[in-house]
Amino acid sequence: MAAYLSVEDVVKDFSGVKAVNHVSLDINKGEIFALLGSSGCGKTTLLRMLAGFEAPSSGRIVLDGTDLAEMEPYSRPINMMFQSYALFPHLSVWENIAFGLKREGMAKPKIAERVDAMLKLVQLGGYAQRKPHQLSGGQQQRVALARSLAKAPQLLLLDEPLGALDKKLREETQIELTNIIRNVGVTCVMVTHDQEEAMTMATRIAVMSEGRILQVGAPAEVYETPATRFVADFIGNVNLMDGTLTVDQPDHCVIECADCKHYVGHGITGTEGMTVSVAIRPEKIHLSRHAPPDEFNRACGTVKAMAYFGSFTVYHLALASGAALKVSVNNLQRHRDDEIVAGDTVWAHWSRNAHVVLTQ
Amino acid sequence: MPALKSAPSEPRKGLAGRVHGLLRGRSVVIGLPYGWLLAFFMAPFLIVLNYSISEMGAVRPENIVTLGDGVMKLSIKFGNYLAIFGDALYVKAYLSSLKYAAITTVVCLVLGYPFAYFMARAKPALQPALLMAVMLPFWTSFLLRVYAWKGLLDEGGLVSDFLLATGLDGWMAASGMIGTPGKFMNTPFSLVIGMSYTYLPFMILPLYANLAKMDLRLLEAAADLGASRFKAFWLITVPLSRAGIIAGAMLVFIPCVGEYVIPELLGGPQTLMIGRVLWDEFFSNNDWPMASTVAVVLVLLIVVPLAIFNKYQAEAQERGR
Repeated sequence: MAAYLSVEDVVKDFSGVKAVNHVSLDINKGEIFALLGSSGCGKTTLLRMLAGFEAPSSGRIVLDGTDLAEMEPYSRPINMMFQSYALFPHLSVWENIAFGLKREGMAKPKIAERVDAMLKLVQLGGYAQRKPHQLSGGQQQRVALARSLAKAPQLLLLDEPLGALDKKLREETQIELTNIIRNVGVTCVMVTHDQEEAMTMATRIAVMSEGRILQVGAPAEVYETPATRFVADFIGNVNLMDGTLTVDQPDHCVIECADCKHYVGHGITGTEGMTVSVAIRPEKIHLSRHAPPDEFNRACGTVKAMAYFGSFTVYHLALASGAALKVSVNNLQRHRDDEIVAGDTVWAHWSRNAHVVLTQ
Repeated sequence: MPALKSAPSEPRKGLAGRVHGLLRGRSVVIGLPYGWLLAFFMAPFLIVLNYSISEMGAVRPENIVTLGDGVMKLSIKFGNYLAIFGDALYVKAYLSSLKYAAITTVVCLVLGYPFAYFMARAKPALQPALLMAVMLPFWTSFLLRVYAWKGLLDEGGLVSDFLLATGLDGWMAASGMIGTPGKFMNTPFSLVIGMSYTYLPFMILPLYANLAKMDLRLLEAAADLGASRFKAFWLITVPLSRAGIIAGAMLVFIPCVGEYVIPELLGGPQTLMIGRVLWDEFFSNNDWPMASTVAVVLVLLIVVPLAIFNKYQAEAQERGR
């Protein structure tokens, strides 16, 4: 299947600094695609090139067979929901949503029909005559969404769609926003620095750093099988351990690190003796007071600190070599008789499928 | 919170302490300019008002309120006011003052808006220099600068020669901007040029301040929704700069209505303005009650519409601008 939107080897050069560096992406129709990265990674520049506010220094952007290069922002079949919304402060909610339709020269009764439908879609029926400053942050966000969907764009761009909302509201809105976009069926590219936002909303994620795309994949794929140390470290929490590959068989391999020996339940493409990194997520490690019988996949350490998050607690262990190990334990019971506290010496252990072996 | 070793002031005790604190701080800052305005604006205005409504004695006006034989008499003379509205000269002078002030305001807006717009959108490094260029005329004497226009507009002057060369003077004479073709001085044209030139910075500065703080993403949003650059300017930038337009227009219009020096230097017989009438009443006719009446009516003419306008603005704000 040919991609609906394809970004082909796009470069954006800001006086010698490559904000976007040879990026290629294929995005399918109906997909919610997230560009994830920390600030300055080039994700916003890429989005602005899609919207037409910046022109690529080289490369092509093709939407549904049409090259966007020569198209002005106002003639592209693309609409954007801006960061902190950029609602027109002097216009009412109704006029904000109607703005794009009026520019199309749509007939008045049709505009009214469309705006009402949009207001209904975002559940703001009674707010048509309010001004943006009379709305809460969540309501403003919905007006912005309605405004960007009103023209039924072929591509919807979201710039940090939930960045201006507080945490509680953000979680509710993530699901609501995703449902609306899915129902409308519009193809969507969003930019975010918030990995939770990307993972809950997107069908696929592209992790960006320094103008390049490091990995593209479904949320679970990016989280569970990161391609590089950077991606493993950037998405979620991770323990990274450097070690030497000592055994490499088709069905398993062994990696020796300073504090432990890893027995990994699959082979890797490498040569024995090479240096590799092992990444293990904190929630895949278990704690016990007694030494596990198996000599592999265990490490002994002292609890240096613990962070209580309510549903889970993160223990920071100091291993014999001085390396730190983060272990996340779900708080399944309200009180435990044998609670592990700071200063205790404990064993950490994990299964043979917990690892990701990284060679780059 | 760690205890502060040295408290900024002793803890205040009760009402006395509070009054003391108020006197020391805020009220002095607010009170000084208010006191100044009270002494040198409000009091003189009341004196002028008194002049305009009392019978003139030999040297000073008679008291409005007189006490005698157990009777308190209040005598207010409004004859001067009747005279003003009955006399075509005054009415004409007021109307032409309003007219030329309005024309000047429009000219300043048309010239000042693009300037302020491009100044606000210029490179940040360039903006202080542009701002300085706007203020530079204030460094030389206002009189000199207005007088210089005489040299430019008189026969043989640069502007005069240019207009003659382009042949615009015939059209200008036909439209009433100048009296006879070829003569540009002491006409409505020279008056409006002088006033626009003088007051242009007062239009540019508030507009610039307003336009500079505009959120440019709103223009991107407008473009994103299909508005051309001109549409975005007209539908977003202009409405959002309304406060700047109003502020600039007031700063130009109000002083222009009462302007005396510029009409005196550059105006002519066609452009009698109320400032001139005021001067004549005070210093040629020595008719202080009449002069005071002219002054009071002038103030009312400006203040009353402004007050109504402000009230409307405030209500619009209440409703949610």
